[in-house]
Amino acid sequence: MPSLKDIKNKIGGVTKTAQITRAMNMVAAAKLRGAQSKMEAFRPYAEQFHAAMAKLSTGTDDNLFPLMEVREVATVELVVVTSDRGLCGSFNANILKMAQKTKVELESVGKKVSVVCVGRKACNYFRKTGLMRKGYVDIMGTFQMFNARSIAQDCAANFLIGEADEVKIIYGRFHSLGVQRPEVITLLPIKPGASDETVQGAYIYEPSQEEIMGVLLPMFVNVMVYRAMLEVSASEHAARMTAMDNATKACKDIVNNLTLIYNKTRQAGITADLMDIVGGAEALKG
Amino acid sequence: MAALIQLDVVTPKGAIVSEQVEMVTAPGYTGVFGVLANHAPLLGTIKVGTLVYKKDGQDEMMMISGGFCEVSNNKITFLVESAERGAKIDADRALRAKERAEKRLAKVVVQKEKVDRARADAALQRALARLKAAGQRQAS
Repeated sequence: MPSLKDIKNKIGGVTKTAQITRAMNMVAAAKLRGAQSKMEAFRPYAEQFHAAMAKLSTGTDDNLFPLMEVREVATVELVVVTSDRGLCGSFNANILKMAQKTKVELESVGKKVSVVCVGRKACNYFRKTGLMRKGYVDIMGTFQMFNARSIAQDCAANFLIGEADEVKIIYGRFHSLGVQRPEVITLLPIKPGASDETVQGAYIYEPSQEEIMGVLLPMFVNVMVYRAMLEVSASEHAARMTAMDNATKACKDIVNNLTLIYNKTRQAGITADLMDIVGGAEALKG
Repeated sequence: MAALIQLDVVTPKGAIVSEQVEMVTAPGYTGVFGVLANHAPLLGTIKVGTLVYKKDGQDEMMMISGGFCEVSNNKITFLVESAERGAKIDADRALRAKERAEKRLAKVVVQKEKVDRARADAALQRALARLKAAGQRQAS
Protein backbone atom coordinates (compact mmCIF):
# COMPACT_ATOMS: atom_id res chain seq x y z
CA MET A 1 0.00 0.00 0.00
CA PRO A 2 1.61 3.29 -1.06
CA SER A 3 1.61 6.03 1.50
CA LEU A 4 -0.60 9.10 1.19
CA LYS A 5 2.38 11.27 0.37
CA ASP A 6 3.48 8.99 -2.48
CA ILE A 7 0.08 9.11 -4.07
CA LYS A 8 -0.11 12.84 -3.74
CA ASN A 9 3.28 13.22 -5.45
CA LYS A 10 2.17 10.98 -8.25
CA ILE A 11 -1.01 12.95 -8.79
CA GLY A 12 1.08 16.11 -9.00
CA GLY A 13 3.40 14.54 -11.54
CA VAL A 14 0.66 13.25 -13.79
CA THR A 15 -1.11 16.61 -13.68
CA LYS A 16 2.08 18.28 -14.87
CA THR A 17 2.39 15.79 -17.71
CA ALA A 18 -1.17 16.53 -18.72
CA GLN A 19 -0.33 20.23 -18.85
CA ILE A 20 2.58 19.55 -21.18
CA THR A 21 0.61 17.29 -23.50
CA ARG A 22 -2.22 19.79 -23.62
CA ALA A 23 0.22 22.55 -24.55
CA MET A 24 1.75 20.34 -27.23
CA ASN A 25 -1.69 19.64 -28.59
CA MET A 26 -2.34 23.36 -28.94
CA VAL A 27 1.02 24.02 -30.56
CA ALA A 28 0.38 21.21 -33.03
CA ALA A 29 -3.03 22.66 -33.80
CA ALA A 30 -1.52 26.05 -34.59
CA LYS A 31 1.22 24.54 -36.72
CA LEU A 32 -1.27 22.34 -38.49
CA ARG A 33 -3.23 25.39 -39.55
CA GLY A 34 -0.13 26.86 -41.16
CA ALA A 35 0.89 23.63 -42.85
CA GLN A 36 -2.59 22.91 -44.07
CA SER A 37 -3.09 26.33 -45.61
CA LYS A 38 0.27 26.02 -47.38
CA MET A 39 -0.73 22.62 -48.67
CA GLU A 40 -4.08 23.86 -49.89
CA ALA A 41 -2.50 26.88 -51.55
CA PHE A 42 -0.11 24.62 -53.37
CA ARG A 43 -2.73 22.19 -54.59
CA PRO A 44 -4.06 24.24 -57.55
CA TYR A 45 -0.51 24.77 -58.76
CA ALA A 46 0.26 21.08 -58.60
CA GLU A 47 -2.99 20.17 -60.32
CA GLN A 48 -2.55 22.65 -63.15
CA PHE A 49 0.98 21.41 -63.53
CA HIS A 50 -0.20 17.83 -63.84
CA ALA A 51 -2.83 18.85 -66.39
CA ALA A 52 -0.35 20.80 -68.49
CA MET A 53 2.15 17.96 -68.37
CA ALA A 54 -0.52 15.53 -69.50
CA LYS A 55 -1.39 17.73 -72.46
CA LEU A 56 2.20 18.35 -73.33
CA SER A 57 3.25 14.74 -73.24
CA THR A 58 0.51 13.45 -75.50
CA GLY A 59 2.01 12.91 -78.91
CA THR A 60 5.60 12.91 -77.75
CA ASP A 61 7.88 9.96 -77.76
CA ASP A 62 8.44 8.98 -74.14
CA ASN A 63 11.94 7.76 -74.63
CA LEU A 64 13.01 11.08 -76.07
CA PHE A 65 13.50 12.53 -72.62
CA PRO A 66 15.93 10.94 -70.21
CA LEU A 67 13.68 11.66 -67.23
CA MET A 68 10.82 9.73 -68.82
CA GLU A 69 12.85 6.82 -70.05
CA VAL A 70 11.52 3.46 -68.92
CA ARG A 71 14.40 1.09 -68.33
CA GLU A 72 14.82 -2.46 -67.22
CA VAL A 73 14.61 -2.09 -63.45
CA ALA A 74 17.62 -3.36 -61.53
CA THR A 75 17.92 -0.75 -58.80
CA VAL A 76 15.08 1.03 -57.08
CA GLU A 77 15.53 4.10 -54.99
CA LEU A 78 13.09 4.86 -52.23
CA VAL A 79 12.66 8.41 -51.03
CA VAL A 80 11.24 8.08 -47.54
CA VAL A 81 9.71 11.26 -46.17
CA THR A 82 8.97 11.40 -42.44
CA SER A 83 8.87 14.11 -39.84
CA ASP A 84 11.86 15.31 -37.86
CA ARG A 85 10.27 14.85 -34.47
CA GLY A 86 8.44 12.07 -32.77
CA LEU A 87 5.58 12.16 -30.29
CA CYS A 88 3.02 11.94 -33.04
CA GLY A 89 1.53 8.53 -32.49
CA SER A 90 2.16 5.82 -35.04
CA PHE A 91 2.51 8.26 -37.93
CA ASN A 92 6.23 7.84 -38.60
CA ALA A 93 6.15 4.18 -37.65
CA ASN A 94 3.51 3.57 -40.31
CA ILE A 95 5.56 5.25 -43.02
CA LEU A 96 8.66 3.34 -42.00
CA LYS A 97 6.75 0.08 -41.90
CA MET A 98 5.51 0.74 -45.40
CA ALA A 99 9.05 1.57 -46.53
CA GLN A 100 10.39 -1.59 -44.96
CA LYS A 101 7.68 -3.69 -46.58
CA THR A 102 8.32 -2.17 -50.00
CA LYS A 103 12.03 -2.74 -49.54
CA VAL A 104 11.58 -6.39 -48.62
CA GLU A 105 9.20 -6.95 -51.53
CA LEU A 106 11.61 -5.42 -53.99
CA GLU A 107 14.54 -7.36 -52.62
CA SER A 108 12.65 -10.61 -52.76
CA VAL A 109 12.34 -10.24 -56.53
CA GLY A 110 16.04 -9.58 -56.83
CA LYS A 111 16.13 -5.81 -57.11
CA LYS A 112 18.67 -3.64 -55.41
CA VAL A 113 17.32 -0.94 -53.14
CA SER A 114 18.84 2.32 -52.03
CA VAL A 115 17.18 4.82 -49.75
CA VAL A 116 17.11 8.60 -49.56
CA CYS A 117 15.81 9.78 -46.22
CA VAL A 118 14.01 13.04 -45.65
CA GLY A 119 13.33 13.81 -42.02
CA ARG A 120 15.19 12.71 -38.93
CA LYS A 121 13.02 9.71 -38.14
CA ALA A 122 13.71 8.09 -41.51
CA CYS A 123 17.43 8.82 -41.17
CA ASN A 124 17.60 7.20 -37.77
CA TYR A 125 15.77 4.16 -39.03
CA PHE A 126 17.82 3.53 -42.14
CA ARG A 127 21.19 4.78 -40.95
CA LYS A 128 22.46 1.40 -39.82
CA THR A 129 21.12 -0.64 -42.71
CA GLY A 130 23.80 0.63 -45.04
CA LEU A 131 21.20 1.34 -47.70
CA MET A 132 20.97 5.04 -47.05
CA ARG A 133 22.45 7.02 -49.90
CA LYS A 134 21.56 10.43 -48.58
CA GLY A 135 19.78 11.91 -45.62
CA TYR A 136 18.18 15.27 -45.07
CA VAL A 137 17.28 16.44 -41.58
CA ASP A 138 15.80 19.62 -40.19
CA ILE A 139 14.22 20.74 -43.42
CA MET A 140 10.63 19.73 -42.81
CA GLY A 141 9.63 22.74 -40.77
CA THR A 142 10.69 25.42 -43.21
CA PHE A 143 8.46 24.72 -46.24
CA GLN A 144 11.08 25.99 -48.61
CA MET A 145 10.81 25.10 -52.25
CA PHE A 146 14.58 25.05 -52.66
CA ASN A 147 14.87 22.19 -50.17
CA ALA A 148 12.54 20.14 -52.30
CA ARG A 149 14.47 21.24 -55.34
CA SER A 150 17.81 20.03 -54.04
CA ILE A 151 16.31 16.63 -53.19
CA ALA A 152 14.60 16.39 -56.57
CA GLN A 153 17.73 17.39 -58.44
CA ASP A 154 19.78 14.87 -56.54
CA CYS A 155 17.33 12.07 -57.29
CA ALA A 156 17.06 13.08 -60.93
CA ALA A 157 20.85 13.15 -61.31
CA ASN A 158 21.09 9.73 -59.72
CA PHE A 159 18.43 8.44 -62.07
CA LEU A 160 20.14 9.94 -65.11
CA ILE A 161 23.52 8.37 -64.42
CA GLY A 162 21.80 5.01 -64.10
CA GLU A 163 22.39 4.44 -60.39
CA ALA A 164 18.66 3.99 -60.00
CA ASP A 165 16.24 2.80 -62.64
CA GLU A 166 13.16 3.76 -60.74
CA VAL A 167 12.55 6.21 -57.93
CA LYS A 168 9.62 5.85 -55.59
CA ILE A 169 8.58 8.28 -52.91
CA ILE A 170 6.97 7.12 -49.67
CA TYR A 171 5.19 9.69 -47.57
CA GLY A 172 2.23 10.17 -45.27
CA ARG A 173 -0.72 11.47 -47.18
CA PHE A 174 -3.02 13.87 -45.42
CA HIS A 175 -6.58 12.65 -45.91
CA SER A 176 -8.21 14.45 -43.02
CA LEU A 177 -7.56 15.50 -39.45
CA GLY A 178 -8.05 11.97 -38.23
CA VAL A 179 -6.68 9.97 -41.13
CA GLN A 180 -3.15 10.03 -42.49
CA ARG A 181 -2.06 7.08 -44.54
CA PRO A 182 1.34 6.16 -45.92
CA GLU A 183 1.44 6.10 -49.69
CA VAL A 184 3.92 5.04 -52.35
CA ILE A 185 4.09 6.84 -55.67
CA THR A 186 6.54 6.53 -58.51
CA LEU A 187 8.59 9.66 -58.98
CA LEU A 188 10.83 8.63 -61.87
CA PRO A 189 10.53 7.80 -64.69
CA ILE A 190 7.85 10.43 -65.05
CA LYS A 191 4.55 9.11 -66.27
CA PRO A 192 2.12 11.95 -66.84
CA GLY A 193 -1.45 10.78 -66.93
CA ALA A 194 -3.56 11.08 -70.01
CA SER A 195 -5.27 14.38 -70.55
CA ASP A 196 -9.03 14.37 -70.12
CA GLU A 197 -9.50 17.72 -71.81
CA THR A 198 -9.63 17.77 -75.58
CA VAL A 199 -8.09 20.72 -77.29
CA GLN A 200 -9.03 21.87 -80.72
CA GLY A 201 -6.17 22.40 -83.08
CA ALA A 202 -2.51 21.79 -82.58
CA TYR A 203 -0.54 23.54 -79.91
CA ILE A 204 1.88 26.29 -80.71
CA TYR A 205 5.08 25.66 -78.80
CA GLU A 206 7.38 28.42 -77.83
CA PRO A 207 10.24 27.40 -77.80
CA SER A 208 10.03 23.88 -79.24
CA GLN A 209 8.14 21.12 -77.51
CA GLU A 210 11.38 19.35 -76.65
CA GLU A 211 12.85 22.42 -75.03
CA ILE A 212 9.75 23.06 -72.98
CA MET A 213 9.76 19.47 -71.81
CA GLY A 214 13.42 19.82 -70.94
CA VAL A 215 12.54 22.68 -68.61
CA LEU A 216 9.30 21.31 -67.26
CA LEU A 217 10.28 17.74 -66.44
CA PRO A 218 12.79 18.65 -63.70
CA MET A 219 10.29 21.17 -62.36
CA PHE A 220 7.68 18.46 -62.27
CA VAL A 221 9.89 16.34 -60.04
CA ASN A 222 10.32 19.35 -57.72
CA VAL A 223 6.59 19.79 -57.55
CA MET A 224 6.04 16.15 -56.61
CA VAL A 225 8.71 16.18 -53.91
CA TYR A 226 7.52 19.50 -52.53
CA ARG A 227 3.97 18.25 -52.41
CA ALA A 228 5.00 15.12 -50.53
CA MET A 229 6.85 17.26 -48.01
CA LEU A 230 3.86 19.52 -47.48
CA GLU A 231 1.60 16.53 -47.01
CA VAL A 232 3.95 15.00 -44.47
CA SER A 233 4.16 18.24 -42.46
CA ALA A 234 0.41 18.60 -42.32
CA SER A 235 -0.04 14.92 -41.47
CA GLU A 236 2.62 15.09 -38.78
CA HIS A 237 0.90 17.92 -36.95
CA ALA A 238 -2.50 16.33 -37.31
CA ALA A 239 -1.14 13.04 -35.96
CA ARG A 240 0.54 14.85 -33.09
CA MET A 241 -2.67 16.63 -32.23
CA THR A 242 -4.52 13.34 -31.97
CA ALA A 243 -1.73 11.67 -30.03
CA MET A 244 -1.48 14.53 -27.55
CA ASP A 245 -5.21 14.65 -27.14
CA ASN A 246 -5.19 10.96 -26.27
CA ALA A 247 -2.31 11.48 -23.87
CA THR A 248 -4.15 14.29 -22.10
CA LYS A 249 -7.22 12.09 -21.77
CA ALA A 250 -5.14 9.20 -20.41
CA CYS A 251 -3.58 11.56 -17.86
CA LYS A 252 -7.01 12.63 -16.68
CA ASP A 253 -8.04 8.99 -16.24
CA ILE A 254 -4.92 8.24 -14.22
CA VAL A 255 -5.46 11.29 -12.02
CA ASN A 256 -9.05 10.20 -11.39
CA ASN A 257 -7.95 6.70 -10.39
CA LEU A 258 -5.19 7.99 -8.18
CA THR A 259 -7.52 10.43 -6.47
CA LEU A 260 -9.88 7.56 -5.75
CA ILE A 261 -7.07 5.50 -4.21
CA TYR A 262 -5.88 8.54 -2.28
CA ASN A 263 -9.29 9.15 -0.76
CA LYS A 264 -9.77 5.48 0.06
CA THR A 265 -6.41 5.33 1.78
CA ARG A 266 -7.15 8.49 3.74
CA GLN A 267 -10.53 7.13 4.77
CA ALA A 268 -8.97 3.83 5.84
CA GLY A 269 -6.47 5.78 7.97
CA ILE A 270 -9.24 7.75 9.65
CA THR A 271 -11.23 4.59 10.34
CA ALA A 272 -8.21 2.89 11.87
CA ASP A 273 -7.54 5.93 14.09
CA LEU A 274 -11.16 5.98 15.25
CA MET A 275 -11.04 2.27 16.06
CA ASP A 276 -7.95 2.91 18.16
CA ILE A 277 -9.63 5.72 20.10
CA VAL A 278 -12.83 3.77 20.66
CA GLY A 279 -10.86 0.68 21.69
CA GLY A 280 -8.82 2.74 24.20
CA ALA A 281 -11.96 4.31 25.68
CA GLU A 282 -13.58 0.88 26.05
CA ALA A 283 -10.47 -0.44 27.81
CA LEU A 284 -10.45 2.48 30.29
CA LYS A 285 -14.16 1.95 31.09
CA GLY A 286 -13.74 -1.69 31.99
CA MET B 1 -17.66 44.77 -75.22
CA ALA B 2 -14.74 42.78 -76.45
CA ALA B 3 -14.68 39.01 -76.19
CA LEU B 4 -13.21 37.83 -72.91
CA ILE B 5 -10.63 35.24 -71.99
CA GLN B 6 -10.24 33.56 -68.62
CA LEU B 7 -6.91 34.46 -67.01
CA ASP B 8 -5.46 32.39 -64.19
CA VAL B 9 -2.16 33.07 -62.51
CA VAL B 10 -1.18 30.25 -60.18
CA THR B 11 1.90 30.09 -57.94
CA PRO B 12 2.98 27.56 -55.32
CA LYS B 13 1.53 29.97 -52.76
CA GLY B 14 -1.91 29.89 -54.30
CA ALA B 15 -3.90 31.42 -57.13
CA ILE B 16 -3.14 35.12 -57.50
CA VAL B 17 -5.51 36.09 -60.30
CA SER B 18 -8.58 34.38 -61.69
CA GLU B 19 -10.51 36.80 -63.87
CA GLN B 20 -12.19 37.35 -67.20
CA VAL B 21 -10.05 39.78 -69.12
CA GLU B 22 -9.88 41.31 -72.58
CA MET B 23 -6.22 40.95 -73.32
CA VAL B 24 -3.05 39.56 -71.76
CA THR B 25 0.51 40.57 -72.54
CA ALA B 26 3.30 38.46 -71.11
CA PRO B 27 7.08 38.13 -71.37
CA GLY B 28 7.60 34.92 -73.33
CA TYR B 29 10.69 33.00 -74.19
CA THR B 30 11.29 34.78 -77.49
CA GLY B 31 9.82 38.11 -76.49
CA VAL B 32 6.68 39.77 -75.25
CA PHE B 33 3.51 38.31 -76.71
CA GLY B 34 -0.14 39.22 -76.47
CA VAL B 35 -3.12 36.92 -76.17
CA LEU B 36 -6.69 37.83 -77.04
CA ALA B 37 -9.84 35.80 -76.64
CA ASN B 38 -10.08 32.57 -78.65
CA HIS B 39 -6.37 32.33 -79.15
CA ALA B 40 -5.00 29.13 -80.65
CA PRO B 41 -3.66 26.59 -78.12
CA LEU B 42 -0.19 27.53 -76.97
CA LEU B 43 2.40 26.31 -74.53
CA GLY B 44 5.39 28.43 -73.76
CA THR B 45 7.94 29.26 -71.13
CA ILE B 46 7.80 32.59 -69.33
CA LYS B 47 10.64 34.81 -68.25
CA VAL B 48 10.79 37.19 -65.32
CA GLY B 49 8.95 40.35 -66.21
CA THR B 50 5.69 42.21 -66.11
CA LEU B 51 2.40 40.74 -67.10
CA VAL B 52 -0.18 43.21 -68.30
CA TYR B 53 -3.84 42.43 -68.63
CA LYS B 54 -6.67 44.60 -69.77
CA LYS B 55 -9.91 44.47 -67.90
CA ASP B 56 -12.83 46.82 -68.50
CA GLY B 57 -10.56 48.96 -70.63
CA GLN B 58 -8.08 49.36 -67.76
CA ASP B 59 -4.54 48.03 -67.88
CA GLU B 60 -3.45 46.10 -64.80
CA MET B 61 0.19 45.27 -64.27
CA MET B 62 1.76 42.54 -62.24
CA MET B 63 5.19 41.12 -61.70
CA ILE B 64 5.76 37.46 -62.52
CA SER B 65 8.86 35.33 -62.34
CA GLY B 66 9.82 32.33 -64.40
CA GLY B 67 7.48 29.52 -65.27
CA PHE B 68 5.29 28.60 -68.18
CA CYS B 69 1.90 29.38 -69.60
CA GLU B 70 -0.76 27.43 -71.36
CA VAL B 71 -3.53 28.67 -73.62
CA SER B 72 -6.41 26.38 -74.50
CA ASN B 73 -10.19 26.55 -74.79
CA ASN B 74 -10.25 30.32 -74.31
CA LYS B 75 -8.36 30.04 -71.06
CA ILE B 76 -4.87 31.25 -70.31
CA THR B 77 -3.07 29.79 -67.32
CA PHE B 78 0.26 30.98 -65.98
CA LEU B 79 2.18 28.64 -63.72
CA VAL B 80 4.97 30.74 -62.27
CA GLU B 81 7.21 30.64 -59.25
CA SER B 82 5.94 33.91 -57.90
CA ALA B 83 3.60 36.69 -58.91
CA GLU B 84 2.59 39.96 -57.34
CA ARG B 85 -0.03 42.47 -58.31
CA GLY B 86 1.32 45.91 -59.02
CA ALA B 87 -0.79 47.43 -56.27
CA LYS B 88 0.69 45.11 -53.67
CA ILE B 89 4.33 45.69 -54.47
CA ASP B 90 6.42 47.54 -51.97
CA ALA B 91 8.24 49.91 -54.33
CA ASP B 92 10.81 50.99 -51.73
CA ARG B 93 11.72 47.43 -50.98
CA ALA B 94 12.04 46.64 -54.67
CA LEU B 95 14.25 49.69 -55.12
CA ARG B 96 16.50 48.57 -52.30
CA ALA B 97 16.63 45.08 -53.78
CA LYS B 98 17.59 46.56 -57.11
CA GLU B 99 20.43 48.56 -55.60
CA ARG B 100 21.63 45.56 -53.67
CA ALA B 101 21.60 43.39 -56.77
CA GLU B 102 23.44 46.03 -58.77
CA LYS B 103 26.12 46.28 -56.11
CA ARG B 104 26.50 42.53 -56.03
CA LEU B 105 26.72 42.42 -59.80
CA ALA B 106 29.44 45.03 -59.81
CA LYS B 107 31.36 42.97 -57.31
CA VAL B 108 31.05 39.60 -58.98
CA VAL B 109 32.22 40.97 -62.29
CA VAL B 110 35.59 41.28 -60.61
CA GLN B 111 35.46 37.87 -59.00
CA LYS B 112 34.03 36.25 -62.08
CA GLU B 113 31.95 33.79 -60.19
CA LYS B 114 29.34 32.39 -62.44
CA VAL B 115 26.82 31.17 -59.88
CA ASP B 116 26.79 34.41 -57.91
CA ARG B 117 26.45 36.34 -61.08
CA ALA B 118 23.49 34.35 -62.24
CA ARG B 119 21.80 34.77 -58.89
CA ALA B 120 22.43 38.49 -58.68
CA ASP B 121 21.27 38.86 -62.25
CA ALA B 122 18.05 37.02 -61.49
CA ALA B 123 17.51 39.16 -58.39
CA LEU B 124 18.03 42.30 -60.45
CA GLN B 125 15.56 41.12 -63.07
CA ARG B 126 12.96 40.47 -60.41
CA ALA B 127 13.52 43.84 -58.77
CA LEU B 128 13.23 45.62 -62.10
CA ALA B 129 10.04 43.78 -62.96
CA ARG B 130 8.59 44.69 -59.57
CA LEU B 131 9.53 48.33 -59.98
CA LYS B 132 7.98 48.45 -63.40
CA ALA B 133 4.76 46.89 -62.17
CA ALA B 134 4.68 49.20 -59.18
CA GLY B 135 5.54 52.27 -61.24
CA GLN B 136 2.34 51.98 -63.20
CA ARG B 137 0.34 52.32 -60.02
CA GLN B 138 2.08 55.54 -59.04
CA ALA B 139 1.60 57.01 -62.48
CA SER B 140 -2.12 56.35 -62.58
